[in-house]
Amino acid sequence: MPIPDSHDRPALLEARGLAFARNDEPIFGPLDFALHPGEVVLMEGDNGAGKTTLLRVLSGLLAPSAGEIRLNGEPLTLARLSPQVALLSHQAGLKHDLTALENLAFAAGLHGVRAGLSPESALAGVGLDGYADVPVRQLSAGQKKRVALARVLLAPVGLWLLDEPYANLDLDGIRLVNRLLDHHARRGGAALITSHGAYAYTSGTPRRISLHGGSSGSRDALGSGGTAESIAASAAPTAAPTTAPSENRA
Amino acid sequence: MKPGSTSAACAALIRRDLTLVWRRRGDAVNPILFALIVVALFPFALGPEPEQLRRIAAGVVFVALLLAGLLALDTLFRGDYEDGSLEQLVLSPHPLALLLACKIAVHWLTTALPLLLVAPLLGELLHVAEPVRWVLLGALALATPLLSLIGAVCVALTVGMHRSGMLLALLVLPLYVPVLIFGAGACNAALAGLPYVAPLLWLGAALVLALVLAPLACAAALRISLS
Repeated sequence: MPIPDSHDRPALLEARGLAFARNDEPIFGPLDFALHPGEVVLMEGDNGAGKTTLLRVLSGLLAPSAGEIRLNGEPLTLARLSPQVALLSHQAGLKHDLTALENLAFAAGLHGVRAGLSPESALAGVGLDGYADVPVRQLSAGQKKRVALARVLLAPVGLWLLDEPYANLDLDGIRLVNRLLDHHARRGGAALITSHGAYAYTSGTPRRISLHGGSSGSRDALGSGGTAESIAASAAPTAAPTTAPSENRA
Repeated sequence: MKPGSTSAACAALIRRDLTLVWRRRGDAVNPILFALIVVALFPFALGPEPEQLRRIAAGVVFVALLLAGLLALDTLFRGDYEDGSLEQLVLSPHPLALLLACKIAVHWLTTALPLLLVAPLLGELLHVAEPVRWVLLGALALATPLLSLIGAVCVALTVGMHRSGMLLALLVLPLYVPVLIFGAGACNAALAGLPYVAPLLWLGAALVLALVLAPLACAAALRISLS
């Protein structure tokens, strides 16, 4: 999808000097990056590198210890969370005593529904038609993940923050996640996904943010960003966070 | 791409919580059984003289309901915290305090209201005096929502901790004691033939205050617990 000059419109998500420390122990940062409409950014990092924490900070659940987050150009504060973010975390937020459809109907009531979708069609969209009336308790781990993905799909938001969306999924499910991400990016949304490296978003060449100090696979040189601690963090590209993302995409 | 209305969100939350209670209706009976057992034990310990039981009836019923409510309190946010629903609640575009008020209302409806309904029976077990009966019910009707609201704030503060049961009790009990004093005080006054309206009005005033402030405090406490 041709992206109109991204310099004109604010980034969906922008982090400036974002850092988080727990009990004075730095978890990540400082990070500088921006997500523009139509972008899927893959965040890589080993277990414990702070990927989940970063997503919780970006969603507004945790307050950063330094730096700021802007959503559509507006600063995000704990008091005023943005309704434009869908978060998929390890705890899927599903009630095991309710059926898949009941869970989605609740999410639809709470977050609203994307135009043209319904809980039923979202469930079909993740390949779970026929499971609508099955209690989530009886679904497999991969199927639970699909229900959680259907919840993200259903929410009328532009920004997806997905924590390990590939975990527990079979090959078919991994392709499904990539298809959902592609579709979301094509209609002008953006997504930040984490992965510890086993599976990754393979469509095109997504931009990568690396959260681990050791392996330097896709790290860019980062002048001021790296900390002296064992958990170094870097973001790519850092030199010009507002460059048009299309340059980086195949 | 617009979020749904706040009333739709509240309705969805109430419907979900009621469905969840209905799916686990066996658990919902526990507080009632607990209160019944506590009240039934007193005549065994103190002897069956109706005169003596009549004197302590209101107080015992009050304490039994308070403890039964405390037993059910921990479930208010625990499940939602553990499965991640609470995060989704916080991330929703609607006022968190309002959503939590709905949750507390459903919790009161499903744990305290059944207790309120068996309270006359519990009173009869202890030969509650005729004039006290209605005062006791009125005091409980005002006190139980107040206890739920106060308790919800304390649960919200402790939900992020492991093994928070003891801490919760320590936090909650000092706040419950004034409610108990006013509630049981009204009953004792009625038993002695004294005016009992003033303590009931105090309970009502505290309930109105808690209705406004507790959901806000709850929302603030939950944001702290989640971080």
